[in-house]
Amino acid sequence: MAVTQALELETTGTPAIPGWRQLLRRAGSFLAVLLALGLLWEGYKVIGQAVIGVVPLPVRPDDNSMPHVWTIVGTLFEPARRGGEEILLIILMRAALFTWREAAAGFVIGSLFGFALGAVLGRFVLFERSLMPYIVASQTVPLLAIAPMVVIWAGRLGWPAWWSVSIISAYLTFFPVTINTLRGLRSPNPTAVELMRSYAASEMQILWKLRLPSALPYIFTALKVSATASVIGAIVGELPSGIPDGLGRILLNFAQYFSTGPERLYAAVFGAAVLGIVFAALVALAERLSLPEARRLE
Amino acid sequence: MAPVISITDVSKVFNQGKENRVAALENINLEIQPGEFVSLLGPSGCGKSTLLRLIGDLISPSMGKVFVNGKGAPQARLDRDYGMVFQQATLYDWRTVTRNVQLPLEVMNYPKEKREVRTKDMLRLVQLEAFDRHYPWQLSGGMQQRVAIARALAFEPSILLMDEPFGALDEMTRERMQMELLRIWSQTKTTVVFVTHSIPEAVFLSTRVVVMSARPGRITGIIDIDLPQPRAFETREHPRFFEKITEVRECLRHDEVRGASA
Repeated sequence: MAVTQALELETTGTPAIPGWRQLLRRAGSFLAVLLALGLLWEGYKVIGQAVIGVVPLPVRPDDNSMPHVWTIVGTLFEPARRGGEEILLIILMRAALFTWREAAAGFVIGSLFGFALGAVLGRFVLFERSLMPYIVASQTVPLLAIAPMVVIWAGRLGWPAWWSVSIISAYLTFFPVTINTLRGLRSPNPTAVELMRSYAASEMQILWKLRLPSALPYIFTALKVSATASVIGAIVGELPSGIPDGLGRILLNFAQYFSTGPERLYAAVFGAAVLGIVFAALVALAERLSLPEARRLE
Repeated sequence: MAPVISITDVSKVFNQGKENRVAALENINLEIQPGEFVSLLGPSGCGKSTLLRLIGDLISPSMGKVFVNGKGAPQARLDRDYGMVFQQATLYDWRTVTRNVQLPLEVMNYPKEKREVRTKDMLRLVQLEAFDRHYPWQLSGGMQQRVAIARALAFEPSILLMDEPFGALDEMTRERMQMELLRIWSQTKTTVVFVTHSIPEAVFLSTRVVVMSARPGRITGIIDIDLPQPRAFETREHPRFFEKITEVRECLRHDEVRGASA
């Protein structure tokens, strides 16, 4: 009793909201935003059709450029090809799962490489000064130019096509992880480092017991960005690889038929977005499980 | 008796040979005996923290010698002779109270059983046994600083170096912590070097007060505090306590006057 009382008097933490009630609330706000976006879309169409010709509009509000929300949702439940049996939703989900496998492999490779690079740069300032411009430059080179090269090189080495997709995906993934690892490893304040020095701790001990734990919140922030980037990398990588099973080919196909069936391209774009969100949410879940709330960067 | 800490002709210059060169300390001589409680007192910029960090080998002197337990300060640091407490508790957020106290023991490769025994003893010493599984952010400022003291003493260093450890606490907590520190000091017989800019704090805690002045930092006086031990709450109401405070204040002011006329 005395102990609990002291606890209430002396602790300064905020009362914890039960984790999954918070999760439910988050899901609720996500759906609310989705609904608002749908209303905005339909509202633009209604108002746009009333003022067309009078007010210049960026996008034509007709059903060919902007199909109704219910048309887009409806097309998910229709067969994707004439005479086909499977509805578009199933096809999209299978393709998304395929693309996700490539992206996940790329994400893991890219994150590990990004972390190792960040750790090396953090340890040797000379490397940071000399390599950083090239690391930044690597991200300004258009992915569309690099992707075919990677596919051809990987093909010559006899690697399976999806490996090259994962490598392209890793190329987009490593950068945020490197930058944030570097920042995170340098985040402990000088006193925290001096404390270690007063124990005559070795560099390795300072790294493992201080710098790495301090860097974790930064690294998780990077991983959430990288998760979505890895999906983009995989989709772009699928195009020159000629892989027919992923979202890349589907997006390409539907883009060619945009004028006759725009709703299917929108549906596929929506599918790709959902994949990115789900992947990022998985990383966020891993963060929840490994970091207490007070240590998360939001 | 051989001194624990012996500082001879020490000077410290920051940014030597550059435009923003600062003479932080000049010609410091000081000896500290085993079991003493010595405060370094002075206005900000007088180099008291710099002197503490020189003793702890977190920085090295530009000139002169710092000997600790009969060896150079760098060797003393490698021999883990120092426990450090800073103004900020500097607890590691991802570790519980227990694991924070264990940090130095892990670094020093203590066996697991010994780590646990020491941690328990230390948490009992600072009266925080009930909070062993708490995280730092769940504790008040005073409790965090008690954990920092427990952590500093966990590996039984012969010297405790404290850099304004109670500077961030409110007055009431501060007085409680001072009592607690004196109790710990009398129980552990550790030599304490304590940096502060509070005159009553220095007088209440110390066996000797080293008064310092700024630009360049140097020692202007060393005052023995012969108040009866152990100190208690009543000590603060003792006439001798006020006499000593006046003596320290005079020493600080005398130097100010001299500085102004120079």
